[in-house]
Amino acid sequence: MFQLNINGRVHKVDAEPDTPLLWVIREQVGLTGTKYGCGVAQCGACSIHLNGEVVRSCLLPVSAVKPGDRIVTIEGLSRDSSHPVQKAWAELDVAQCGFCQSGQVMAAAALLRKKPKPTDKDIDEAMSNICRCGTYHRIRAAIHRAAGTKTAAADVATDAGNTTV
Amino acid sequence: MKKSMENIGSGQAQNQPENTARRQFMVGSAAAGGGLVLGMHLPFEIAPGIAPAAAQGAAASEINLWVVVRPDETCVIRIARAEMGQGTLTGLAQLVAEELECDWSKVATEQITPGQNLARKRAWGDMSTSGSRGIRQSHDYVRRGGAAARTMLLQAAAEEWKVPVGELSVANGVITHAGSNRKTSYGKVATAASKLTAPDPKSITLKPIKDWKIAGKPLRRIDGTMSKLNGSKVYAMDVKLSGMLHATVRECPVFGGRLVSFDDSKVKGMPGVKKVFRLNDITVAVVADTWWRAKKAMDALPVVWDEGPNAKVTSASIDAHLRTGLTSDDAFADINTGDAIKAIAAAPRKVEAVYRAPFTSHTTMEPMNCTVRLTADKAELWIPTQSAEASMAVLSSSSGMPLDKCEVYAMDLGGGFGRRIGSQDVVRQGVAIAREFPGVPVKMLWTREEDQAHGLYRPIAMARLSAGVDAQGKLAGLHVRVSGQSINAFANPAAIKEGRDRRQLQGLWDTLEGDAQIGYTHSNLRTEYAMRNTHLPVGPWRGVNTNQNGIFLECFMDEVAKLANRDPLEFRRELMSERPKHLGVLNAVAEKSGWGKPLPKGVFRGIAQFMGYGSYSAAVAEVSVSGKGEVKVHRMVFALDCGNYVNPDQVAAQIEGSVAYGMTTLHSEISVDAGRVVETNFHNFRVMKIAEMPKVEVVLPVTGDFWGGVGEPTICVVVPAILNAIFAATGKPVHNLPLSKQGLTLV
Repeated sequence: MFQLNINGRVHKVDAEPDTPLLWVIREQVGLTGTKYGCGVAQCGACSIHLNGEVVRSCLLPVSAVKPGDRIVTIEGLSRDSSHPVQKAWAELDVAQCGFCQSGQVMAAAALLRKKPKPTDKDIDEAMSNICRCGTYHRIRAAIHRAAGTKTAAADVATDAGNTTV
Repeated sequence: MKKSMENIGSGQAQNQPENTARRQFMVGSAAAGGGLVLGMHLPFEIAPGIAPAAAQGAAASEINLWVVVRPDETCVIRIARAEMGQGTLTGLAQLVAEELECDWSKVATEQITPGQNLARKRAWGDMSTSGSRGIRQSHDYVRRGGAAARTMLLQAAAEEWKVPVGELSVANGVITHAGSNRKTSYGKVATAASKLTAPDPKSITLKPIKDWKIAGKPLRRIDGTMSKLNGSKVYAMDVKLSGMLHATVRECPVFGGRLVSFDDSKVKGMPGVKKVFRLNDITVAVVADTWWRAKKAMDALPVVWDEGPNAKVTSASIDAHLRTGLTSDDAFADINTGDAIKAIAAAPRKVEAVYRAPFTSHTTMEPMNCTVRLTADKAELWIPTQSAEASMAVLSSSSGMPLDKCEVYAMDLGGGFGRRIGSQDVVRQGVAIAREFPGVPVKMLWTREEDQAHGLYRPIAMARLSAGVDAQGKLAGLHVRVSGQSINAFANPAAIKEGRDRRQLQGLWDTLEGDAQIGYTHSNLRTEYAMRNTHLPVGPWRGVNTNQNGIFLECFMDEVAKLANRDPLEFRRELMSERPKHLGVLNAVAEKSGWGKPLPKGVFRGIAQFMGYGSYSAAVAEVSVSGKGEVKVHRMVFALDCGNYVNPDQVAAQIEGSVAYGMTTLHSEISVDAGRVVETNFHNFRVMKIAEMPKVEVVLPVTGDFWGGVGEPTICVVVPAILNAIFAATGKPVHNLPLSKQGLTLV
């Protein structure tokens, strides 16, 4: 039996010690916003916050989580979808299929906590999550928008408006 | 009947805040209801088709197939096509709303199920979503549906007020009779309107496109944007049903091999394992109470395979097989104008090159999965599918349940790209598993490794191209020989007529028929195809054969231009006078990119144009190549002419996405060793990430007299534009992919 603090609530879960936190979150706790994409910590679809740090939960055994650790999933990032990252993402219509976006949003939120005004290079280094729809262009712009650094946000506006329609 | 229809469908209803709120409640209740959550099974269900009807509100009126109006003025627009990120749902709703004259802020959508479509004799038409057809093949009838609903709502108001309908006007769902200064609304007249006879769709005059107010505008998506950002969107992988079990499968890693045996004594006693069994001759399945436990047992299961006749096949042996098709006499000629071979032989200068475009995989972010429940009188399926009707047909054939007792809940897809249209292999497996547990829903989910190993890959192709240049630097003749695997031979042999599989020459066709016309005309032009199949399963992959053929033709065009000592843009223009739309996008992209103007030191341009899916695409890439062979793509400019733009911002989003999808093929291929796929996960199938993403700019030239596709067309110019810029930078053409084959790396 493991005791987990997820999104401010304590859950007692019965799982084998080697069960990855991802699957405890999805199958025992029932929060499915955190996705399985690769199982080898490569794609980032399973990104969560552990004590404020972004962590890929698909390789982290539940037994490695201490009772005092604070886990935040996409469902707990904000009470009412009002996190600046969520708002910026919605304003720029970043998401296409959306499957990877829980992880993208969690990674971006963690980046902005550490570096409130990230440069493009900071974004390149921090955002290694995979998106097959190819929303990278808008992810970059949305991070700048959420940070209040306007540069690339203006790029998207220019591009999308660059139509002669 | 009408109301219950809506309730069934609106389990998948999307867009509006209230729907998001409902999902938030349902997901949130998992955490809230269980301050201490114990046990495996949660006391609630999340899945379309079984959402409580009360959540949907009552008294909604179905005006016609496409429009349902609620008393609170919500206009529910029915969607029959699949949404997988490409924005079709939003575009279709814009088209209906445009004719309906409703309040866009009060539009909601709901997905039609194939069971509903079947029950009404397929009144909603084709539900499949591939070939960039979602909008271009349904724009007419969905707009007529919106217009017919408007007519009926106005008629209801006219009858209530006893005035001629011609005296009424409508805007944003508010109906006005100016003569008596009366107003009413769609919500108020909906019940009466739903009882009227629908007008003949052919009697309806659609709005001129120049008058569009909702369609044609860069409106925000309405397919549940915030639900994708707060975890509340339910993908098929997230479906929860009471008592549900979980399964995973492993198929023989070598295509053509078979399952000999497995030793289930090693895993039967593992926690939660319910069953280990032979699913069919090539597949073993494990079912457990959670997916993780099923996966863990599968990893521990000793399995013996008979790897069969293909166990020694390698990428090198496949390449050798394709190479025979470059010069063989079994090819057929498709375009054969003049005598290209003779003209090239007689030309003072000639060039020949062999190109190779490898296999690649779809690698959708959501791995293959489905959930099946088989009871005595019903077969149900929850699945991310590009063709809910094809899924239902396979559900019926493999379960033995007649179609009218089948239902498919087509979930929004976590990526499709062509993988989830054709074979419905996943449904067959899901049904075979559910058969073992009558009445119990079983969710089957593939591991990423299984997904990589058992794709329907983009077919491998090679091409030998030769050209001659005359004394004036003009093209004397062009000969294109494609050798490669045929999708039709694998998936649809009936489409091959008299042994000539023209599909593999997509984008090189001389007529507009097929929507992928070659952009050049010449008096000596010959295109040929020699079929060389392999043991890998193949299928459509975003852009399908326009990808390989776009690389072959457009990269070779730059080699010919160089031989002729001509500017690649000028050289192309000379051959395009009979192709005004192809030329239009080429000129647009040249102008927007500043073709010919100075670039920063070390940066070079490449250009390409191609046609696919009824639309015309061109791109310019700006690239630098370091001394160590590091390729950096700084900027790409695109022009896409798809005729009418239903949502220009979503068109731009599809173009941006096509850049990332196309550029991944610079990093990675699907290669074969010992008969199996080598690239098993993202550690060795390298996918393009944000750091490599160039700045993307988009021009959408207005022609407006046709309807072309959007999701696929531009991908076929992404890679050739970049490769041509590399050629300009290094002087060496790129003949093979991924870039590592030529000592280059994308950074």
